[in-house]
Amino acid sequence: MPLIAGMSVLLGCQFLGEILVHGFQLPVPGPVVGMVVLLVGLMINGRVPTGLRTSGEGLLRYLTLLFVPAGVGIMVHFDLIKADFWPIVVTLVVSTALTLAVTAKVMSWLTRSVSKDPRDEWLEERS
Amino acid sequence: MSVPVLDQLWVYLAASPLLHLLVTFLAFMGASYLNRLLGGTPFLHPVVLTIVMIIAFLMLTDTDYSTYFEGAQFIHFLLGPATVALAIPLYDYRERVRRMLMPILLSCVAGIVTAVTSAVGVAMLMGASRETVLTLSPKSVTSPIAMGIVEKLGGIPSLAAGMVLITGSLGCALGPVVFRLVRVRDPSVQGFTMGLAAHGFGTAYSFSSIGAVAGAFAGLAMGLTGLLTAFILPPLVHLFGL
Repeated sequence: MPLIAGMSVLLGCQFLGEILVHGFQLPVPGPVVGMVVLLVGLMINGRVPTGLRTSGEGLLRYLTLLFVPAGVGIMVHFDLIKADFWPIVVTLVVSTALTLAVTAKVMSWLTRSVSKDPRDEWLEERS
Repeated sequence: MSVPVLDQLWVYLAASPLLHLLVTFLAFMGASYLNRLLGGTPFLHPVVLTIVMIIAFLMLTDTDYSTYFEGAQFIHFLLGPATVALAIPLYDYRERVRRMLMPILLSCVAGIVTAVTSAVGVAMLMGASRETVLTLSPKSVTSPIAMGIVEKLGGIPSLAAGMVLITGSLGCALGPVVFRLVRVRDPSVQGFTMGLAAHGFGTAYSFSSIGAVAGAFAGLAMGLTGLLTAFILPPLVHLFGL
């Protein structure tokens, strides 16, 4: 039963997220708001219930698989992509590489002063 | 078994969600196996390989996307609860997130400005049409948000979803190379960068290839980038006279 309870918590938070998005006309998807709802809930509760952790981490382990159905949808856009092929390819490659490099550089420069916490090493080894 | 019987069986199977659900699982297992066999090369990321294999299968069997999606929607549905579940690793690493709050917000804004200006700038230099430029502008943002932004700007929302997908796969391929070039090793920085530049694809990659800390920061970056881009992008694009 804990697995069902965990899944219910996840779906319930997503449900609340969808309600909030439609109620307040938010420009973000329901599940993203659901993530915030769950985070607030966990902060209040003070720990992650075992069932929730089992079902949540199970889903996250196969997160890559969950993107496949949407990814196959690219086949619908082949004609549109063909029309502006080179501008699209060059833009995506250059812009993605630049975004990665700038973000990583800026963040590691900004965090160089943040002192390392010994608990971090412990958490990293555990993961 | 005679040919007409096989034919009928195929018609029956192709119409039920069973076939394409099974095809998705088998392709994913095959792609993961192949990727391991090739030493886990980032250029043939299992998701990208799976997508290519399934598209090839659908083209060979002359199946359209909506038929495929009828079976695959059961997998697609789980994206919602999985996105909610990102709160769990975020909660586990809340102390570190709290300590890094200012760097997180500042790098997020820097990353978004780079992503949008470089996409719009390069696309304009390459002579892309106004519609294409606008469609490319939110490419680093998770697809539901990107589609909403493009719709408001006057681009093509369904094509934007496609651009977001390619950006995600590209991010997984380029990420490890770029991290080596700029000498960034911290898993929280790597994860955050992947989530910012390559949304859910980058988040999934961080969990599977870097670790749980990276995954937590990638999920955080994905949510934050989506939220902030919705507000930062329109004025930025106006600066280019679009």
